[in-house]
Amino acid sequence: MKVRVDPERCEGHSRCHALAPELFTLDDFGNAAAIGDGAVPPGLEEKARLAVANCPEYAVEIVEDAE
Amino acid sequence: MSDSKPGPEASPELAPEACGEAETGACPVTGEAGGPPAVPSLERPPVTDWRTDWDHLDPRWRDNPFPIWDELRKGPIARTERFEGAWLPTRYADVKAIAYDTEHFTSRRIVLRHKKYEDPPLPAPPITSDPPEHKAHKQVLLPFFTPQEVGKLEPMARRICTGLIEEFIADGRCDAAQQYARHIPVRIIAYMLGVPVKDSDLFIRWIHEILEIGIVDDEIGKNATKAMRDYFRHHIALRKEGRTEAEPDGPEPDLIRVMMDGSLNGVPFEENHVLGTLNLLMIAGIDTTWSSIGAAIMHLGQHPDDRRRLIEEPDLMPTAIEELLRAYSPVTMAREIKKDVEMGGCPMKKGEMVLLSFPAANRDPAMFPDADRVVLDRQENRHGAFGLGIHRCVGSNLARMELRVAIEEWLKRIPDYRVVGDVTWSDGTVRGPRTLPVAFG
Repeated sequence: MKVRVDPERCEGHSRCHALAPELFTLDDFGNAAAIGDGAVPPGLEEKARLAVANCPEYAVEIVEDAE
Repeated sequence: MSDSKPGPEASPELAPEACGEAETGACPVTGEAGGPPAVPSLERPPVTDWRTDWDHLDPRWRDNPFPIWDELRKGPIARTERFEGAWLPTRYADVKAIAYDTEHFTSRRIVLRHKKYEDPPLPAPPITSDPPEHKAHKQVLLPFFTPQEVGKLEPMARRICTGLIEEFIADGRCDAAQQYARHIPVRIIAYMLGVPVKDSDLFIRWIHEILEIGIVDDEIGKNATKAMRDYFRHHIALRKEGRTEAEPDGPEPDLIRVMMDGSLNGVPFEENHVLGTLNLLMIAGIDTTWSSIGAAIMHLGQHPDDRRRLIEEPDLMPTAIEELLRAYSPVTMAREIKKDVEMGGCPMKKGEMVLLSFPAANRDPAMFPDADRVVLDRQENRHGAFGLGIHRCVGSNLARMELRVAIEEWLKRIPDYRVVGDVTWSDGTVRGPRTLPVAFG
């Protein structure tokens, strides 16, 4: 499982970072990006799903390994 | 109406002291007897039909807007001939579509008034900016409002909260809106701007005159805007002489300095831009969060089960804060239609206004199951309390921190309390409790 942030959609609500700081980082303007290649370490899948479900801009998505 | 109104100096009912801190003769617990109302009501003709004649200044909206929005959501986007012609979307999808559509809707006017001010309106970048300038206008501010930066202000927020509680805890009762919530955001934004915290009551008065009285009274609104601009002019002039009245331990640079030094493509911001942004930071940073803190304390006072759960399960705080922001969203913004457009069969004409009710959107059951219930551990919560799209509130991280700290410190010292007496609400653009009598101990 990987997470991805669409930089075009992200408006810096920083909800993903608050819910899953292990998975998301913020730049100097507060806009989010996935840490590293976005890979979700085992045990953090639920946090990844929460980050997706709480982004007001639908900027965060999960990319399954199969894709 | 504006002809007969006296100027702000002659309006004792507008003085902050009249808003509850001073002894008014009313029992502070029951709110009964004597004393002026905390916030004077705006006189408006009563609404005849919410679908075709809505008015967000009607006392029924102010006191309990939720049933009005629930009814309106069932039909097309509501219309009113008031405010020189305006529309009111209440469904999340419609509010979001308009917030995203910068082609047909401009942000140059973001407060719905009984009639429009001068043309073009005074700018308050970035909230009144449209693409493509908007991005640069916002980016100058964003680095000072990241979660990491506002985290540095958390100890100060905690000191303010504990200090305020100390002032009234022995009384066994207080007005949580006037004696607590009101003082927290204003002191922090004054500190960040680089102006004396002791001027806080002045800022609160100006905001009341701009966002409440001023939306139906041009003279009071304009005078307050001018007073605020003159205030910042003074503090800019001081800095040009190498002086400042900022708090001694204040941030370096403060936000006045940031704006003075701001530029776009190498060209320094014009004075109008600088003053507009500083006015905005003060206006946006105060009664919005005051409203959220008050509403959260009200809810937890009226819902002991939620309160106990939050105390017993502090890990719920992050979702609880978002849920309280959703259920009691304070901020409504407006847009001006810049190009004719049809939405859901409604012909929206250039020059008309749209009231963008994020609070109504956040109660839309199509988006939020059980929308009228506060669910402290709501798992999916894409609320738009801080706006949606490019105008996402610059201060959202600051507001969240202040709200969380205010609730944490309150519950630490006052875990058991109840709302006793009438809660009164502000008018217009920012909705929140302005009197909130509570008793404890």
